[in-house]
Amino acid sequence: MLLEIKNLRVSVHGKKIIKGLNLKVNAGEVHAIMGPNGTGKSTLAAVIAGREIFEVNDGEIIYKGKDLFDLSIEERAREGIFLGFQYPVEIPGVSMTNFMKTAIDEIRKYRGLPALSAGDFLKMMEEKKKLVEIQSNLTSRSVNQGFSGGEKKRNEIFQMAMLEPTLAILDETDSGLDIDALKIVANGVNKLRRPDNATIVITHYQRLLDYIVPDFVHVLYEGRIVKSGGKELALELEEKGYDWIKNELDA
Amino acid sequence: MTPDQGSNSRIMKKQPRIRPLKENMAKLHRQFAEEICRYDSPYLKELRDSALSTFMEKGFPSHELEAWRNTSLDEALEREYLFDFDVQQEKADINRIFRCEIHNFETFLFTQLNGWYIYENAPLTELPNGVIAGSLREAMKRHPQLFAEHYGRYADTGKNGLVALNTAFAMDGIFIMVPDNTELEKPIQWVNIVNAGEPMFLQPRHLVILGKNSKLTLVHCDDSIQKENTFINAVTEVFTGEGSTLDFYKLQNKDAGSNLVNSLFIHQEGGSRVQTNTITLNGGLIRNDVHSTIGGSQCETLLNGLYLVDRKQHVDNQVFVDHLKPENTSSQLYKGIVDDEADAVFNGHIHVAKDAQKTEAYQTNRNILLSENARVTTKPFLEIYADDVKCSHGATVGQLDPEALFYLRSRGICERNARMLLMYAFAAEVVGKINIDILRDRIDQMVQKRLKGELSICDQCVLHCKDERDIVFEIDMSKIPS
Repeated sequence: MLLEIKNLRVSVHGKKIIKGLNLKVNAGEVHAIMGPNGTGKSTLAAVIAGREIFEVNDGEIIYKGKDLFDLSIEERAREGIFLGFQYPVEIPGVSMTNFMKTAIDEIRKYRGLPALSAGDFLKMMEEKKKLVEIQSNLTSRSVNQGFSGGEKKRNEIFQMAMLEPTLAILDETDSGLDIDALKIVANGVNKLRRPDNATIVITHYQRLLDYIVPDFVHVLYEGRIVKSGGKELALELEEKGYDWIKNELDA
Repeated sequence: MTPDQGSNSRIMKKQPRIRPLKENMAKLHRQFAEEICRYDSPYLKELRDSALSTFMEKGFPSHELEAWRNTSLDEALEREYLFDFDVQQEKADINRIFRCEIHNFETFLFTQLNGWYIYENAPLTELPNGVIAGSLREAMKRHPQLFAEHYGRYADTGKNGLVALNTAFAMDGIFIMVPDNTELEKPIQWVNIVNAGEPMFLQPRHLVILGKNSKLTLVHCDDSIQKENTFINAVTEVFTGEGSTLDFYKLQNKDAGSNLVNSLFIHQEGGSRVQTNTITLNGGLIRNDVHSTIGGSQCETLLNGLYLVDRKQHVDNQVFVDHLKPENTSSQLYKGIVDDEADAVFNGHIHVAKDAQKTEAYQTNRNILLSENARVTTKPFLEIYADDVKCSHGATVGQLDPEALFYLRSRGICERNARMLLMYAFAAEVVGKINIDILRDRIDQMVQKRLKGELSICDQCVLHCKDERDIVFEIDMSKIPS
């Protein structure tokens, strides 16, 4: 088991957002978490990544046999957790190259790997850029500064490719993308798929799942997973709308 | 600067140790009038006399003055200092004292040691293209007409006690004159070194004259080798003739015991372009006054500053841009990172005269406070009498962006390095304005080292770093093909 979330309860500023959530993810799997706005999808992603404003009230997250809450934000990343941000942060003055070089140096050091030479690093950058069809000048610019919405999302997948995570959580990676950009992003994610890693795709719409085909689909509603199934569940949701879930729950 | 034992008594007499009190200064001026005024033309003599009376009237600046509300010289003025009236116009092996190690940084190097201009060949170099550069004292002697035209014309000697004091006592410094339509192929690098083995009170005076359509790049390093306290009251006057271009880079890396007051007065004629970059990496007490008077049209004035202070360091930047004529653009960008118990002050004053229509004047001061005990005082001041102008100002004091910190850490970067990257990025905006690639790269590295706490006072000069350590951000962006 790569990730196991047991009875997770999370609040922010006293407001309960996640109310007893359970999820198991194995290596090699792609999970999609769907649900209406405001049900805790992004909160779940942020809590796994280690965002500090959330308060974990109960439950646990076991990742690779370790208690995730014992690890700092950066330790989680070095252990292979990657969060693709819904709103990637603009950081003026920090170049993509310096950013990635610093990250990879630290991750490799943590894992006891020898440092990459500048030449090898640049070669790696070139290779991974192709994966998401990034124009070469993007990497010499400041992190996300002045990037279009599509460029920002492609940049997230580029970083994912560079860091080769074991567990990637993509938070609304499809939001704000036109169909061409969506295809590029999905294609990048698919190419990074391996038997020893897993991906959790958080999305509001079914559209992305035409391109990133999930093994499991979960519906998150009011802080809990209320329905799980195969990829056909996403299609059913698309067809019947989230009211279908609400009605079913109310019944 | 070890005094010759044989002429010890003579030197001792010419190097009194005394507290810089108002009455003592008058006494010193009388006592050493012969040395001080040796090359004075009637114009200079008169200027000195009136400057001395101004100083006697105003004295050293106190808290009562608006411009000195947040910087106090009281403690510095309580000590005794050595005043050196023993004119050192001798040849010296500059390379023994100073070596700049910005590799491949080709400059004309001018050096001042303890306030005196030192040279290998001649006190004043007069190049075939008409450029005159070297010792101010020697220029005073040889070019009285240039002095009558420019010297003392731009500094506010009549209003400012410290400037008046400098004017009364000025004996040496750097003099540069670039004639019309002339461009120096290399920057002039000018280094002030203090190494006396005891507390010194220095008053260097500099004059830079740019002729019409001339071009000059100046790199001024204020540096100290010694641990002892120093008090430097420096005044620089700059005249930029019509259509001329001046890039002026000032680097300050001083020890904790130093008190440095730098007053820079720039007078711009029409169509001239001036950029100053004041980079403060370390210092005890540093006060930088930049006073720019725009006396023509179609001028550009870019005043930039970066200060990185920690411990008990104090830095005070006072910027005054005086738009007297229409159709000029000025822009101020000052940024600072303030840690520990350090204290930073920024006062930016833009004055737009009634006739100065179509003025564009901008001002930005941004600060990051890293500790609860650090302090920033920032005061923008726009004084606008014209009605067709574009002016803006903005001042911020904040912490590092927590969203950006989280983003960086979520990629595996530890908190310390994440903070470092953000601080470096913050500083890079100012460093990026340096137009000389090699100097920018070097200062960029120094800023990185400074932020990591690895930059101390270097052995020789602010630009000299023997001890090269691995730098985390080792990739030089300029080398990466895009």
